[in-house]
Amino acid sequence: MITSKDVEHVAKLARLALTEDEKRLYTDQLSRILEYFAQLNAVNTDGVEPMSHALPVVNVLREDVVETPPGHKTLLATAPDAETVTSSAPDGTEESKSFFRVPKIGD
Amino acid sequence: MTDVIGKTISEIKQLISSKQISAREVATLHIEHAKRNDKETNAFICLTEELALKQADAVDKNFASGGELPALGGVPICLKDNICVPDYPTTCGSKILENFKPPYQATSANRLFEAGAVCIGKGNLDEFAMGSSNENSAFSITRNPWNLKKVPGGSSGGPAVAVASGYSSIGFGSDTGGSIRLPASFCGIVGMKPTYGLVSRFGLVAYASSLDQIGPFGNSVEDCALALAVIVGKDPKDSTSIDDPFGKFNTKKYPALDMNFAKSLTGHDGSLKGIKIGVLNDLLGEGLESEVRAATENGIKVFKELGAEVDEVKVDHLDIALPVYYIIATAEASANLSRYDGVRYGARDKDSQDLMSMYMSTRSAGFGAEVKRRIMLGTYALSTGYYDAYYKKAQQVRRLIKEAFDKAFEKYDVLISPTSPTVAFGLGEKTDDPLTMYLSDIATIPINLAGLPGISVPCGFGREGLPIGMQLVGPQLSDARLLTVAHAFEKSVGFASKRSPLATVAR
Repeated sequence: MITSKDVEHVAKLARLALTEDEKRLYTDQLSRILEYFAQLNAVNTDGVEPMSHALPVVNVLREDVVETPPGHKTLLATAPDAETVTSSAPDGTEESKSFFRVPKIGD
Repeated sequence: MTDVIGKTISEIKQLISSKQISAREVATLHIEHAKRNDKETNAFICLTEELALKQADAVDKNFASGGELPALGGVPICLKDNICVPDYPTTCGSKILENFKPPYQATSANRLFEAGAVCIGKGNLDEFAMGSSNENSAFSITRNPWNLKKVPGGSSGGPAVAVASGYSSIGFGSDTGGSIRLPASFCGIVGMKPTYGLVSRFGLVAYASSLDQIGPFGNSVEDCALALAVIVGKDPKDSTSIDDPFGKFNTKKYPALDMNFAKSLTGHDGSLKGIKIGVLNDLLGEGLESEVRAATENGIKVFKELGAEVDEVKVDHLDIALPVYYIIATAEASANLSRYDGVRYGARDKDSQDLMSMYMSTRSAGFGAEVKRRIMLGTYALSTGYYDAYYKKAQQVRRLIKEAFDKAFEKYDVLISPTSPTVAFGLGEKTDDPLTMYLSDIATIPINLAGLPGISVPCGFGREGLPIGMQLVGPQLSDARLLTVAHAFEKSVGFASKRSPLATVAR
């Protein structure tokens, strides 16, 4: 059984702001879904190794070869708020850097 | 004008190579057909006309200069809108990605375009591929071309409807718990989920990474084989893609098969002598519509006539796969979708004064109801105090399911069941009850948990003249043999040539 307090807690963990209607709806629906899921408890899993993957996957390393990435301008073009700043280095060469802009992080 | 709507790959390529029609004309006719009729079906989130014409012209130019028509030269395709193609939005059916234009291209799209495929448009889907009816898209509800009051199945409803309506010859979706096979079944076409790892997931927007797999839709098993042959193979950009899958095909276990899936079809005499087929008896129980049962029984008869040995088999824990799936998939989704934070891409709530409220309001406004429900469910299953009871337990049962399939495949080559217990249901019929909706995938979900290849082949018509699909499943990496068996079945059962009213209206 899941309470509306649980729903509020989980919503906060998931970074979701729910309306009162949504809280009521999800409390009801998630309760019924979790109740249905309880049938899992009937399966004996003593000593069974959890399976995270259907294939025997192992860590993969690649050759250490330099590749050309798309570049910061291309990647930041998809950001909702970003800017590129160009400045001169002491040796006279131009250097450009791109940044995400976000609202206030803390007080 | 030459009729090209509803044609297979080989028919279209034959028309182009015999110079009866150009690739550009093929593309134009499909786009016109889509523009005229898709207002009713909503198979596409956007048409990619400029890209299609550019690709078609390249095929024509290369062919005119004496080149050979490549594997998919001039063949119109639809890509589900969670497969990244630059210069057009990849929305995933979500408001949060409404204006997102990916800076890179999916490996599967690369391989298709290099093989001469012509991209007609991006297919509609349930938001982030979460759904069984294609009613969860933030933009429009996709409708079934056999009956516009019915759902097409989800989550790859868009590409399925594109193929079933004749807007494209083949389509590509992603299948996490049945999202290719269910819409294929509901729309009367063939749809295949390959062995997990056979196709690179690079550029496929992640839902549940250990289950997601890209696969083809087609008007025939042969089309799925031809399409699959183009997209399979190791990709350095996806560490879970299988290294040299064909090395495994060519060893002792599957000696007669090679990577040219379609070649193994044409070389096959159509007999299934020596093939052992198990009918998954857990999926023939309650909730099965009588017409679906009758079509399945007829299918079993067809397999026997082809020389296969058929009997019923019980695979342990199949009845419990649904909760296992909905715990594992939502847990992975809650992690995967945490990236939509309003900072790096996608939508942002611009009025928030601090970072935390910006995250919260961006995500709350950007995600639809089902996506929120699954993120909540997955977050809960992973949260302190519940991890062992839900997530770990589900992963343990997942292993038991995989082992039960391994055991069944010691005796059988192919397992079969109805793809869905019902034919396509009505729009809005299950939207208020998520659990009932989840049950639509009862036959398809276990296959993803075990990483197996599965294919849905049309095998009859049920209530209100709606299509029924037969699901065929094989052991990991038996994709070529599975296609061969499906091909033999398709030829004998005789529903592959049936087209929806929309695919024939253009004639």
